[in-house]
Amino acid sequence: MSVAKLRIYRGDSDGGQEVEYEVPVEEGTVVLDAIHFVQANYDGDLAVRWNCKAGKCGSCSAEINGMPKLTCKTRLDTLPLDKPITVHPLKTFPIIKDLVTDVSWNYEVRKKIPPFKYPEDTDWKMQQVDVERSQEFRKCIECYLCQDVCHVLRNHNKKNEFFGPRMMIKIAELEMHPLDIEDRKEMLREAAGIGYCNITKCCTDVCPESIHITDNAIIPLKERVADTYFDPLQWIIAKVKGS
Amino acid sequence: MANGTAQNSITLRTDAWWISPLITAIVLGSFGIYSTWRAFSNVDFLVQPYLSPFYSPYILASWWPFSPALLILWAPLGFRATCYYYRKAYYRSFFLAPPGCAVKPLAKEGSYTGESKFPFIIQNIHRYFFYAAGVVLFFLWVDAFHALWFADGFGIGLGTIILFVNVLLLSMYSLSCHSFRHLVGGKLDVFSKCPTRFRLWEKVSGWNENHMLWAWVSLFSVALADLYIFLLAKGIITDVRFI
Ligand code: SF4
Ligand code: SF4
Ligand code: FES
Ligand code: FES
Repeated sequence: MSVAKLRIYRGDSDGGQEVEYEVPVEEGTVVLDAIHFVQANYDGDLAVRWNCKAGKCGSCSAEINGMPKLTCKTRLDTLPLDKPITVHPLKTFPIIKDLVTDVSWNYEVRKKIPPFKYPEDTDWKMQQVDVERSQEFRKCIECYLCQDVCHVLRNHNKKNEFFGPRMMIKIAELEMHPLDIEDRKEMLREAAGIGYCNITKCCTDVCPESIHITDNAIIPLKERVADTYFDPLQWIIAKVKGS
Repeated sequence: MANGTAQNSITLRTDAWWISPLITAIVLGSFGIYSTWRAFSNVDFLVQPYLSPFYSPYILASWWPFSPALLILWAPLGFRATCYYYRKAYYRSFFLAPPGCAVKPLAKEGSYTGESKFPFIIQNIHRYFFYAAGVVLFFLWVDAFHALWFADGFGIGLGTIILFVNVLLLSMYSLSCHSFRHLVGGKLDVFSKCPTRFRLWEKVSGWNENHMLWAWVSLFSVALADLYIFLLAKGIITDVRFI
């Protein structure tokens, strides 16, 4: 049985540092197992948030060797074990303790998105082809790895100007819904700040649910915004159709 | 406030994240230098029946004292410069915004405006470059068929094949464009009412998954097609005739 060295960040809003622990590596051991080993054998007060250990609750997000990942889905044998493995809390959100951060900003932003709106006389029958696109976005487990990695939030701290990729797929889910009649394009351009995204695709790279955040949500939304605000030809077509 | 207590370094990543942006910068930079030199040179672009794609359609205007390539190259150049894939590529490798995921960007923290302000807000007119590049593409198809007619009648040379492969790859690049995907059907919320557009959208979506691949292979093919004609014109190589 081999041994891995883990350098786990220990601290709170006043500061902290990495602490090194040795953990056994068995077949299938994931980083969250290693963290639990540390809790059980070295430091019982190591703070970590987790729930399902099955990649479904989205609680155990952290930065492993610098990359935002779910600790319960990252096997130790996929990491180079000849060097210590660093485990840090999400950088984009305020630290509470050790690996636990305060992600409540996401829930506040989520409330700003106008909800599903349907006409009075809605016939609730829908075709599968019409709802399929939105269904991809419903796989989201709200792990906020995409929000964490997005440089607009992470490095430029544009939390007042940009809702972030997770919220973009939420908006796409509603906008592409066949029965929804709300228009969120002005909000997309203004409050949600879709223009801040420069489609560098890190959100898609880290999404544990493999949602095509950029190709299937952000880019199509950018195109819809372009229809309304940047395309005179579309204005003319809309005028002709409307009259 | 972003979590400033952990990870103040450029990145904690331990993998070779810098290789991909470096290669992109070298290849795109080389193409930029080569195509600029060829576009301005105004010689060695026509060896009957082959016309270099950099000079097609060949416009001879008495009022234009410069290379005729400059009259048309803005279209494919603008198309690539505003392409969603190339945007990712050059934002990462030239603007380092960011150079890699969870890697610190070059721009000062908070100074970033992305595509929400001038100059990058212009990216929103990508669809107009798609239309313009479509016109150029039509002429490249004409050139490819023209390359079947030699001084001694119908024939197929290596140059003919190169021009056909090139225009085919360029067509795939255009047909897999995100804006095209939006225009053919992506903008609809109810696919079941427009089955033809839905089928088209499905097709384009399939091609779009490989948009990056088409972007690269068509970039290489267009440069190689021009290089082949340049070498023929210079007499360094001679064309191979199959028929
Ligand atoms: S593609 Fe856009 S939303 Fe996704 S990480 Fe990059 S800038 Fe953020
Ligand atoms: S989109 Fe993916 S990365 Fe973002 S919160 Fe949802 S599951 Fe996590
Ligand atoms: S513990 Fe639920 S996703 Fe990792
Ligand atoms: S998105 Fe790449 S050509 Fe349109």
